[in-house]
Amino acid sequence: MSPTEPSEARASDRGLKSEMTQIRRFSENDTQITPETYAELEAIAARYPEPRSGLLPMLHLVQSVEGRVTSEGIEACAKVLGISAADVSGVATFYTMYKRKPVGDYLVGVCTNTLCAVMGGDVIFDRLKEHLDVGNDETSEDGAITLEHIECNAACDYAPVMMVNWEFMDNQTPESAVQVVDALRAGEAVHSTRGPKLCTWKQAERVLAGFNDGLANEGPAAGPASLVGLEIARERGWKAPTSDSSGPTEEPGTKIEAVEEADTSRAESETLSKEVK
Amino acid sequence: MDMLTPVLTDNWGQDRAWTLAAYEKQGGYAAMKKALTPEYGGPDAIIQAVKDSGLRGRGGAGFPTGMKWGFIPQDNPKPKYLVVNADESEPGTCKDIPLMMASPHTLVEGVIISSFAIRANHAFIYVRGEVLHVIRRLQHAVQEAYLAGHLGKDINGTGYDLDIVVHAGAGAYICGEETALLEGLEGRRGQPRLRPPFPAVAGLYASPTVINNTESIASVPSIIANGADWFASMGTEKSKGFGIFSLSGHITKPGQYEAPLGITLRELVDLAGGMRAGHQLKFWTPGGSSTPLLTDEHLDVPLDFEGVAAAGSMLGTRALQLFDETTCVVRAVLRWTEFYKHESCGKCTPCREGTWWLVQTLARLEKGEGSEADLDLLLDQCDNILGRSFCALADGAVSPISSSIKYFRDEYLAHLRHGGCPLDPAASTVFASHGAPA
Repeated sequence: MSPTEPSEARASDRGLKSEMTQIRRFSENDTQITPETYAELEAIAARYPEPRSGLLPMLHLVQSVEGRVTSEGIEACAKVLGISAADVSGVATFYTMYKRKPVGDYLVGVCTNTLCAVMGGDVIFDRLKEHLDVGNDETSEDGAITLEHIECNAACDYAPVMMVNWEFMDNQTPESAVQVVDALRAGEAVHSTRGPKLCTWKQAERVLAGFNDGLANEGPAAGPASLVGLEIARERGWKAPTSDSSGPTEEPGTKIEAVEEADTSRAESETLSKEVK
Repeated sequence: MDMLTPVLTDNWGQDRAWTLAAYEKQGGYAAMKKALTPEYGGPDAIIQAVKDSGLRGRGGAGFPTGMKWGFIPQDNPKPKYLVVNADESEPGTCKDIPLMMASPHTLVEGVIISSFAIRANHAFIYVRGEVLHVIRRLQHAVQEAYLAGHLGKDINGTGYDLDIVVHAGAGAYICGEETALLEGLEGRRGQPRLRPPFPAVAGLYASPTVINNTESIASVPSIIANGADWFASMGTEKSKGFGIFSLSGHITKPGQYEAPLGITLRELVDLAGGMRAGHQLKFWTPGGSSTPLLTDEHLDVPLDFEGVAAAGSMLGTRALQLFDETTCVVRAVLRWTEFYKHESCGKCTPCREGTWWLVQTLARLEKGEGSEADLDLLLDQCDNILGRSFCALADGAVSPISSSIKYFRDEYLAHLRHGGCPLDPAASTVFASHGAPA
């Protein structure tokens, strides 16, 4: 069974339950958007030569304030950019990081793309669903954890990978994953394996909106797997050549030759375009 | 030539390598200063050096970087833009993220030199949103570079102005495709554009735009510092220089290995301590899931653009995902196919509908249902998808299917005979190798 499809009956059961919880926790009218939020939305738009370029980070800011993308947040972005709410909605519904349902304090994502799934991600995801009594994209009853399965997060050398609020939790096992969510629910400090103490999802969204939280200096420069090749090179005294060594360079002389050497048809058509001077 | 040649990875192990102080201590920003002094010869001399180095795009396609820069029409009065594609999302690819986490200044320095070369005063780093700490490090590095006078107005007194914006994406594999990325950067749904016009002529805000992969741009400072000949002395005849090879999966030491292009998987596997104890290589991807699978027959293929193409696949992003004999290839391919279905942006019918049908057909086979004729049906579906959409996502989606049927037809049939998967998924987990039941 695909990890996206928990058993139908249980899912709808849980879905209803968590929907009710969420409706109680967040009603449409308790928007947190203030004049300061508007000022920050405008500041984001002002970073770009054309204001609309700010929309993706602006929606991250909305999530940091509202805990999801609300209608009020959409209206605010539309107003700041002078575009329609439908335009903003169209963007907000395209990208998977934007959530229309309230997200818990910690968004836990288990990679179930092929490599992580094979290495144990499927088992981890199943264990967490059972432990938290939620399905994919659902929030635990205490509102602490939203669980989802995610696609490849560019840390395959640390498989199986779990992300919490988009911080790396490398080399997980079902047991370690359960420990992480239990500690988070108990309000204990949990550190990313390659970063700082985990902040809340709303705080993380604020950083994605471009507002630095001053935590860049936390954590190591690199995790162990990132350094294995370098360490082997150091042990064996291997180095890139020194800059005085040289070799003959045969550059493709023509665009046609370059095309023959390039891998993709996209590059090919780009090169051959008559429009390109 | 040594087997491993750390250049980009060379400073990753340093204390606080991500800071300006650590980066400058090991010679950082010297290449920028060199490139921006009039004695270097100006923007055209930089473009020439990158052309002479033979650097080819490190994001998968392998297009010559200097030639791409040369396409920017300098008589066009509109502003020019540099956009770094840091949306690393191709399954298996995990080189740019550790680079930006450990040494974001390498990228920033590359952006300054490259922007100067194409006469851009605005550059953007489009980084996927799902890597919070990497984004912090990029924001911090850009801020430090501004404070040091490496960015902003009149950089280091040279009269050159450059602003960099770190732009966090919001979760969409398709935004790694360069025109979809531009849509995302313009605040729109990330759907690829019809070409022509090409980004070099009408990219961001319909202005001339260069879009390069993170690793390509990060390689530029080393080329300026050490010379084009130095870069070209590594690698093979048509695939010059070094690259980061990312090993993952059932291997003793997964991780990043920086080597001249042309190294073989056999050499890399040896360096990495072999496959996990007691197991053998079954199949692997040379450059992410969009590149056709290869098998243990291909251990000696030179990992350069030509060598991998000759073996029927693509070098791609050097994302070497290794799977041993415990792994069910049908399960692996089904999961990748579900990924492409999920990530299809929906613009082109062959991709939107085709990836959905591929999942239906494959899922049935994986459960041991259906018949041998379904394999031909799958190949027919692939034939109706390949090359029929705006961008390469759909082409990538059919790669694992057609290559796995080519090499592992029997394993598909075994699912039919067995009435399901004949392999135990627990045996392929990392916990299985610890002896703990999953």
